[in-house]
Amino acid sequence: MDTPQTSAEDSAGRAEVVLGIGTDEWVARHNERLIVDSGPLARLKDTASKIPNLVRWLLVLLIAVAVPLGTSNPYIMRVGVNLGLFILLSYGLNIVVGYAGLLDLGYAAFYGFGAYAYALVSSDQLGHHWKTYISVPIIVVATALLGFLVSLPSRRLMGDYLAIVTLFFGQVFVQVVLSSDSITFPWATDSIDITGGSNGIPALDPFVLFGHKFLNAKDYYWLLLAIIVILTLTITRINRTRIGRAWRTIREDSLAAQAMGISINRLKFMAFIVGAALAGLAGTILSAVQGAVFVNGFDLPLLTLVYAAIILGGSGSLPGAVMGAIVMSLLPEFLRVPSYSEILFFVVLILVIGAMRRSIKSFAITLLGIFVTGIIVRGIFLSLSVKSLPRDEWATGVIGRFLSHWLFVPNNRLLWGNASFVLLIALIAYLTQASPTIKRILLPVAAFLGIFLWEVRLIQQPSTTRQLIIGTMLIVLMVTKPQGFLGKARVEVL
Amino acid sequence: MAMLELEKVRISFGALTTLDDLTLHVNKGEIVSVIGPNGAGKTTLFNVITGVYRPDSGSITLDGQNLVGKDPAKVTRSGVARTFQNVRLFLNMSVIENVMAATFGHTHAGLFSSALGLPRSRREEADVREQAEELLRFFGTRLTGYRWEEPAYSLSYANRRRLEIARALATKPKVLLLDEPAAGMNPKETHEITEVVERLRSEKGLTILIIEHDMHVVEGVSDRVVALDHGVKIAEGDFDSVATHPAVIEAYLGRKAAETK
Repeated sequence: MDTPQTSAEDSAGRAEVVLGIGTDEWVARHNERLIVDSGPLARLKDTASKIPNLVRWLLVLLIAVAVPLGTSNPYIMRVGVNLGLFILLSYGLNIVVGYAGLLDLGYAAFYGFGAYAYALVSSDQLGHHWKTYISVPIIVVATALLGFLVSLPSRRLMGDYLAIVTLFFGQVFVQVVLSSDSITFPWATDSIDITGGSNGIPALDPFVLFGHKFLNAKDYYWLLLAIIVILTLTITRINRTRIGRAWRTIREDSLAAQAMGISINRLKFMAFIVGAALAGLAGTILSAVQGAVFVNGFDLPLLTLVYAAIILGGSGSLPGAVMGAIVMSLLPEFLRVPSYSEILFFVVLILVIGAMRRSIKSFAITLLGIFVTGIIVRGIFLSLSVKSLPRDEWATGVIGRFLSHWLFVPNNRLLWGNASFVLLIALIAYLTQASPTIKRILLPVAAFLGIFLWEVRLIQQPSTTRQLIIGTMLIVLMVTKPQGFLGKARVEVL
Repeated sequence: MAMLELEKVRISFGALTTLDDLTLHVNKGEIVSVIGPNGAGKTTLFNVITGVYRPDSGSITLDGQNLVGKDPAKVTRSGVARTFQNVRLFLNMSVIENVMAATFGHTHAGLFSSALGLPRSRREEADVREQAEELLRFFGTRLTGYRWEEPAYSLSYANRRRLEIARALATKPKVLLLDEPAAGMNPKETHEITEVVERLRSEKGLTILIIEHDMHVVEGVSDRVVALDHGVKIAEGDFDSVATHPAVIEAYLGRKAAETK
């Protein structure tokens, strides 16, 4: 008799506290409901989330400093420079898209503009060889001005409309660069070659700063690291204070922002200008480190990658931009080696199963299910007397060799690989709307199909597989965590 | 002395004239309610005053200063703040940031001074935070003690309305336009809103124009009531005279009801 009474008192007491601070119970329990995950993966996530932000930044910085001190491998340093440029671009785009919420699809053109501008004043193309400390600031300012011009339509356009206009600008840039290899001015008789068309501009001067000539990628790496550290500090500050808040109000509700006295047009311009300036700066560094510039680096693929980076990391989050850039620029490098991509594939597979099967017991059962499925499929193949492929011909990677006693790889890889591919997609499509019981039964089958497909078909084509993996990762992430790795979940209308 | 003055304001959307030569004034320190059935033009009135729509003709002045042709941000900076009928908070920003953001018009920190963390901008930031905290405390226990760093979407509906008022106050207005401040509130909260509106005048010295459907609120707060129908002012005066005015009853209930009254 006592127990129900106490609990009734409890809830009454709680309700009173809740009302005291001016909210209802549903809202007060907001946080309780957020903790819905349990199991090993969620616990790991929980522990990770307790690390303070500053510590995480310092950890990343530590690694970033340690790598060049430990190695001078030119390949690694080039990858590092690319990563730095990628972070710079993500920071810039994060301001325009993440903070101010302006869908700018012409962003790659600012990067290209910076790169070409540097090339024109640092090579024999036009015969100019400006000093770095003069050319770079001028180019950054010029790119900012270009950003201002492109932002003019944003006074009236929002969302999709702005996206179309800026996309057009991006394409115009590419076309102008491509066709500016023979321009005849009205006052001149001979045509002159400005951009080198599709051949680009070769033999660019390297940076010379404080009397130091930048000789290798490592020098640029340090420069980028310094710039990124400074930007991280300043952008964080801006985001927290007056201008950053105003940017975010535009993203949230531009009419309400105006009604609160915020001059949204000036702020949109400002976002565009800052974003463009950062891209321009990145462009000059790219040119200098490459020693040459070509137009194809500033087209849609790059734009897609930068967008993918900030969406993956969490739009509007600076750590997210770094993380997204790391994933999008390091992952493709990493996946160049088939045995690495094999390891990654299995890690991701295990993680996905871990995320879907939260208790250790059901996780183990699923693994067992995969194993059994493999045995059964092997049995079916043998009973149908399908010709198998000798182990040595397919089991190249570490994991492949480990699996070779269990997995049956048919001789006709093309046929069975494609068949399993179709079957897998159909199965996944079905699983998305199947009942939990059916999901539990079919998950091991789907996982097995994935492994089968990987070893039979995908491992043979690393370049396709690379894109497939990245694409799949993006899709899975967007479905499970639409706000990105480090982004905050947003509420649109409530 | 008239603080807010509308003279023959007309606006039409295509063939529909939403405000038809409307003349209206609100004196300094006065609380005026605008009532009228749905579609009477009440919210359009607010949108015209705040610069969301530009009137086809007529003049609008605040303290003698012209408002017509100014964009909404400029109107707000001249001293008119508003809330919205369908609460438009910056939902994904924190409670306190919502209020702090609205100080934009009378603060100055620019991109570089913020980025460099100059003393001046730091001082301004601290000042802005203090102002915001004070405004949130205006609502007594309702918004205090609440987690101000939580996103605004975690607030209950009534608290969202309160936060919206606090946000409007942060623009340092002379005139406050409240669009249905009591909508969706329970009787207790509605009563509180009545008190809040009174305190906005007595403590903040504001001139207030309210759109409200809840007649208890209208009766409780208004010095004067203006009834609109089809963009035309059909009655004006104290609550009792407007509430019993035949044209008002007709607008709400139809001609037959007005005759039997």
